Amino acid sequence: MKFGIVVNEGPYQHQSSDSAYLFCKAAIEKGHEVWRVFFYHDGVNNASKLTEPPQDDRHIVNRWSKLNEEHGVDLVVCVAAALRRGIQEENLAKGFRISGLGQLVEAGVKTDRLVVFGD
Amino acid sequence: MSDVKKFMFVNRKAPHGTIYALESLEVVLITAAFDQDVSLVFLDDGVYQLKKGQQTKGIATKNFSPAYRALEGYDIEKLFVEKESMEARGLNEQDLLVDVTVLGSAEMGELMDRQDVVLSF
Amino acid sequence: MLHIINKSPLTNSALDSCLRVAQSGDILLIEDAVYAAASGNAFEGKMREAMGRFKIYVLLPDLEARGLADSIITGVSPVDYGGFVDLTATNKNCQSWL
Repeated sequence: MKFGIVVNEGPYQHQSSDSAYLFCKAAIEKGHEVWRVFFYHDGVNNASKLTEPPQDDRHIVNRWSKLNEEHGVDLVVCVAAALRRGIQEENLAKGFRISGLGQLVEAGVKTDRLVVFGD
Repeated sequence: MSDVKKFMFVNRKAPHGTIYALESLEVVLITAAFDQDVSLVFLDDGVYQLKKGQQTKGIATKNFSPAYRALEGYDIEKLFVEKESMEARGLNEQDLLVDVTVLGSAEMGELMDRQDVVLSF
Repeated sequence: MLHIINKSPLTNSALDSCLRVAQSGDILLIEDAVYAAASGNAFEGKMREAMGRFKIYVLLPDLEARGLADSIITGVSPVDYGGFVDLTATNKNCQSWL
């Protein structure tokens, strides 16, 4: 099955990034495809390469980048939400791309299930 | 994208206190531009998004409430408000900015069941 | 339909609203909503009532994280993230009650 995921909250502040990531991992382990993760609202902060958590904590941003690298998951950051919050091409972590809201609609149209994580 | 799916946007949050209502509206407009079947649902505090007479000058934020009136121009005509949520807030249809279809909880639940994609903000 | 809830029923109306509006289907409790799956709190009566209409699941890792893994209300089924994925796949659609 083909999954689309929406993440609406920033990393570390809210559990939704963790829940979404663990869902993606489990889906891939079960042989499903995670076609796209769309980051909206404060979720765009998941894409900041300036993120530096303490060493004993999980690195939420790098975890997403790895998901892109190893499983080809398309990581899309909403442009309007990103610009509002200071996320731009120059501070975008590896594997993420900035694009329009149409990519969210496309995820709804082209996947079998769209699962939303947020507050 | 030739496939048309039934998209439902569930708004359960009040406007202004958080950005969800405004950013939800942005997705709704884009979805309609993609020629999808769009329904908007207002539940719980989401009903307050449609309250007439919102004035945001004093809080120095954008008053996006007139945008609900513009939805019709984007062929978004399926706006549903849950009766129980509206009544619990002491509101009636005359208090709302736009024409809506008022549904009871059970009818609303059935409508949700029939959707392909449900997005809530 | 799969209804996903992530708020404690003691501070937020998401689960209450879901129980009022949705008529049947599966409910999955994740994040702070897992408190609804624990026995002994003020919401337990409503949960027991809801079980007549819904099949209720709880995300076990979230319950464990909150120290409540041994107080699941009888009849609520614990699942892991794989089970969460299965629930989204077996239901024809899903909704997160944010």
